[in-house]
Amino acid sequence: MDLGERLLKGEKRAVARLISMAENHDNEAIEILKNLYKKTGNAHVIGITGPPGAGKSTLTDKLVKALRREGKKVGVIAVDPTSPFTGGSILGDRVRMNELSIDPGVFIRSMGTRGHLGGLSKATAAAVKILDIYGVDYIFIETVGVGQSEVDIAKNADTTLMVMVPGLGDDIQAIKAGIMEIGDVFAVNKADRDGAKRTATEIEMMLDFNKSDWRPPVQKVIAVNNQGIDELLEHIKEHMSHLKETGKLQKKRTENSKIEIIDLIQQKLMQMILDKSSKEEMVNQLAEEVALRKYDPYSAAETVLENMKNS
Amino acid sequence: MFEKEKLGKIKESFDAYEAKVAETTKKRPERKEVFETGSGAVVNRLYTPLDIEGFDYENDLGMPGSYPYTRGVQPTMYRGRFWTMRMYAGFATAEESNKRYKYLIEQGSMGLSVAFDLPTQIGYDSDHPLAEGEVGKVGVAIDSLADMELLFDGIPLDKVSTSMTINAPASVLLAMYIAVAEKQGVTADKLRGTIQNDILKEYIARGTYIFPTEASMRLITNIFEYCSKEVPLWNTISISGYHIREAGSTAAQEVGFTLSDGIAYVDAAIKAGLDVDTFAPRLSFFFNAHNDILEEVAKYRAARRLWARIMKERFGAKKAKSMALKFHTQTGGSTLTAQQPENNIVRVAIQTLAAVLGGTQSLHTNSKDEALALPTEDSVRVALRTQQIVAYESGAADTVDPLAGSYYIEAKTKAIEEEAMKYIKRIDEIGGAPRAIDNGYIQQEIMDAAYNYQKDIENDKRIIVGMNKFQIEEEAPKGLLRVDPSVGELQKSKIQALKEKRDNALVEERLEALRTACKSDENLMPYILDAVRAYGTLGEICGVMREVFGEYQQSVQL
Amino acid sequence: MDRPIRVLVSKPGLDGHDRGAKVIARALRDAGMEVIYTGLRQTPEQIVNAAIQEDVDCIAMSILSGAHNTLLPKVVELLKVENVDDILVIGGGVIPDEDIPFLKEKGIEEVFTPGTPTSVTIDYIKENIKRK
Repeated sequence: MDLGERLLKGEKRAVARLISMAENHDNEAIEILKNLYKKTGNAHVIGITGPPGAGKSTLTDKLVKALRREGKKVGVIAVDPTSPFTGGSILGDRVRMNELSIDPGVFIRSMGTRGHLGGLSKATAAAVKILDIYGVDYIFIETVGVGQSEVDIAKNADTTLMVMVPGLGDDIQAIKAGIMEIGDVFAVNKADRDGAKRTATEIEMMLDFNKSDWRPPVQKVIAVNNQGIDELLEHIKEHMSHLKETGKLQKKRTENSKIEIIDLIQQKLMQMILDKSSKEEMVNQLAEEVALRKYDPYSAAETVLENMKNS
Repeated sequence: MFEKEKLGKIKESFDAYEAKVAETTKKRPERKEVFETGSGAVVNRLYTPLDIEGFDYENDLGMPGSYPYTRGVQPTMYRGRFWTMRMYAGFATAEESNKRYKYLIEQGSMGLSVAFDLPTQIGYDSDHPLAEGEVGKVGVAIDSLADMELLFDGIPLDKVSTSMTINAPASVLLAMYIAVAEKQGVTADKLRGTIQNDILKEYIARGTYIFPTEASMRLITNIFEYCSKEVPLWNTISISGYHIREAGSTAAQEVGFTLSDGIAYVDAAIKAGLDVDTFAPRLSFFFNAHNDILEEVAKYRAARRLWARIMKERFGAKKAKSMALKFHTQTGGSTLTAQQPENNIVRVAIQTLAAVLGGTQSLHTNSKDEALALPTEDSVRVALRTQQIVAYESGAADTVDPLAGSYYIEAKTKAIEEEAMKYIKRIDEIGGAPRAIDNGYIQQEIMDAAYNYQKDIENDKRIIVGMNKFQIEEEAPKGLLRVDPSVGELQKSKIQALKEKRDNALVEERLEALRTACKSDENLMPYILDAVRAYGTLGEICGVMREVFGEYQQSVQL
Repeated sequence: MDRPIRVLVSKPGLDGHDRGAKVIARALRDAGMEVIYTGLRQTPEQIVNAAIQEDVDCIAMSILSGAHNTLLPKVVELLKVENVDDILVIGGGVIPDEDIPFLKEKGIEEVFTPGTPTSVTIDYIKENIKRK
C-alpha cells in the first residue's frame, strides 16, 4: 500500500512520513499531493501568532481540548525558528500540549523554519494539505515571533488569531505596524494580570481604523485556567461563518492559492537558474566581479538570465 | 581600611611586581592564559588592598552575630556548637526508612532529613498510574498518616529536629507530622524542623511542582501564617539555591536567583497581611557547596550580607533575626563523577570545608556513589565521617570566619554580592521572580551557564579528574543499593487496606470542606490537617486542590 | 542525506532534573539536528505517540529517578505494537552499569551514563539512525 492510500485510510504514520517528505522536498510527496489535492479544502485553518511568551501553545492546547469535547478531529502544526548558524533547532511547543499526545483525534507536528527562502510557507502549506486529506476538521498553525512569519502563516490560514499579553509595553507599538492588520480575532491572554484592560483597549483603538465589514473581536482569556476559551472559539467559528456568508472565503482562498502558485513558480525558477553547478559557479564569479566594481549587479542578473534562456 | 597614601605606595609596588612578572612569564608562561573560578569568573594573579579599596570593616563585615552578618549569624559560631550534621535519607517504605533514621541517630546524626519518593513529592498516591516504577525509589513513599506513623515510630518528635524535603504538597506532609506528634502526645509548639516548601525553585530547576504559581504562593503564605501561631519553632521554608546550582547556574546566579525567590515570598506574605517580623525569623536558606572552595566561601558571606541589607532596607524589618540569613548546605551532587567514585570522597571533603568556612548552620554531605545510584549505608557513613573529621580534627571550626580579611575573599565576596544584585534588579524589572520564571528568563540564564560549563569540559578547558583527565580502565562498581521493586505493590495493598478500614464518609466530608475552603480566602492548613487526621490520602487531598487550582504548565527555555 | 536528523528528547518518569536532557538537546541542535523536546513527566504512551507524529529518527530519553528498568523497555514494547521498527531508541542518566545489559536486551540500543561527552552521543546517533 502506498503512502497516499495509507493517508486516506487515516494512518498517522503515513501523515507523519508525508510531512517529512514534503519538508525535505521529496518529489514523491508532491506527486501524492497532486493526486489527492481535490480532497483538501474541508478543514478550517487557523493561524495562531503573537509575541514570544504570549502563551500561544497553552492557548492552542485549550482550544484543541474544547474542540475535542465537541468530537472534532484536530491537527496542530507548531513552528519554531531554526538556528541560522547550525541548521538545527529545538522545537519545544509539545511541552504545553502533552496531554494531547495520546488523544487519537489529535495530530501534532513540530516544524523548524529551516532557514531557507519560503521554506516555512511551502512546508506548512504541504502539511496543512496532508492533515486536511487525513480528515481533521480544524488545523492550527502556531508560529512564534513577530514579523515575516506572521504574514507567511496568514497566507495559509482562513482565520488568523493574534495572541497578545499585558505588559509588553512598547512592543505593541512595533507590532501595530504591519502585523496587526492580519489578525481576524484577537486574544488578550493572561487577562488576570495588571494592564490587561489597557492592552485590550489599545487593540480596540487600533481596530477603529479598520474599515472592513469584519470587526475583529477582542477576547480576554486566561488560558492556564481555561477561562474565556469557549468564547474565543466561538469568535473563531463566527469568523468562518462570516467568510462563508459573504463569499469572502472563496476570495481569500483564491488569493492564497495565487500566492502559493506564484511562490512555487518563484522557487522553480530559482531552482532552474541555480540548479546546475555551472550556473551557480557563474553567479559566484559574477558576484566577485560586482563586488570589485568591475561589473554592475543589474547587468550581472541579465547575463545569468540570458545564459539560462540560451541553454 | 587603608589610607590613601598607603594605597598609593602599594600601587607602586604592585606595578613593579606586575612588570617583573611580565618578564618572567615571557620566559615561562603561566599554565593558562586566563584563570577562572568554578563558575567561570576571572581570577587575578594576586589580590592586594587595591582590590578592596573603600572597604569599610564596620559597614561591610561587622562582628559575627550582628548586622550585616557577613561573618556569621551567631557570635560564637562553631565554638558554641557544631553545625547540624544532617543526612538526607529515606527510601522504599516507611518501615525501612525508620530503621535508617534510627541507625543515623545512633551514629551521631543530630537531625533527621526525610527524602520522599517522587510520587509523594508530586502529590500522587502509590497506586496512581504515573507512580509506576517510581514508588520508594528516590525516597520514602508516604500515602497517608498511617505511613507517617510508621516513619517516626519510636522517634520522639519533641527530641529531634526534622527536615523534610517536600515542596508542592508541603502543607499536607507538615499536617501529617503534626498529626503524628499529636498521637505521641507532643504538642505542635514543641516541634522543631524545616519543610523545604520552596515552590519557585521547583519551577526553575527541580521540577516537582503541582499547582500554578498563584495557588502555590497562597499555600506557602498559609503555612507561614499557621506556623507563626501554632508551630512557632518550625522553619516554614528553606529557600533553595541548591537545585538552581545543580541545574548549572554560577555561584553568583545561585545567590541572585535564590534571594529573588526569597523576596517574592516575603512580598507575598506581606501582601497576605502578615507582619514581616512575625515570619521572617523562620525563613531559612539552602545552598550548594562546590569544589572552588574560595569562591564558595565568598558566596555564603555575600548571601548573608545581601539578605541582611534587603530585609532591613527593602522590607523595613526590625528584628535582628529577620535579617540574619541562616542556611543549610548540601555538597554538590553534580560535581560527583561516576568514574573513579572514590575520588568523590575528596571532593566532598573540600566542599565540607567550604561550607564550614562559609558559616553554614547545617550540612548534608553526599556519598561517593551518588552519581551511580542511591548511597549504601557504608558510603553514607563515610560521608558523615567527613563532616566529623572537619569538625573535630581540622581546626576550621575553632575560630569564627577565619578567612575574613583575605584580600581575595573580601574582593570576591563583594563581586558576588554585586553580580547577584544585578540579577535581582533585572528580575525586579521583569516584575518579580514568579514572572521571570513564567517567561523563562531565569531558566534561560541557568541553561546558558550549564551549556557553557559542559562545553568547557568537552574542550578540556575545564579538567574533571578521572573524567576528562587521569582516566583509568574501570570495572563496573558492584554492590549498589537497590530498592526492592515489590515496594510499589506493597504500598498499593496498604492503601487498599486503609480505604477499607477508615471512616470513608468522614474522609469525604473533610475533603469537601477542603474543596470549599480552596475556593475561599481561608487558610487551608486547618482543613488539610482535618483531612489528614481522618486518614485522607495525600493523593486525595492534592487531588481536591488539583481540581480547584489546576496544574502548572512548564515553561521551557532551551 | 540532505535532511536534518530529527530526535525526540524526552524525560520519562517523574524526576524533574532536566539539566542533562536540556544540555543534550542543545548539543544536538548545535550539531544541526531538529530536536523535539517534550519536557518532564512523560509516560511511555506519550513518548511513542509523539515520536510517531513527529516522524523522528531517534528517541533519546533521560531518566534519573531509578525507574528506567520499568519505563524504557515499555517504550520499545509500544513501538513494536505500533509496528515501528525504524526509530533508534537510546537512554541516558543515572543508570547503573549492571542494568545496561538488561536494557539492551529489551531493545534500548545504547545507554549513556554520567560523564559521557555530548559528542559521543551525537556521533552515535549520526552513525546508527536507521533511515538514510
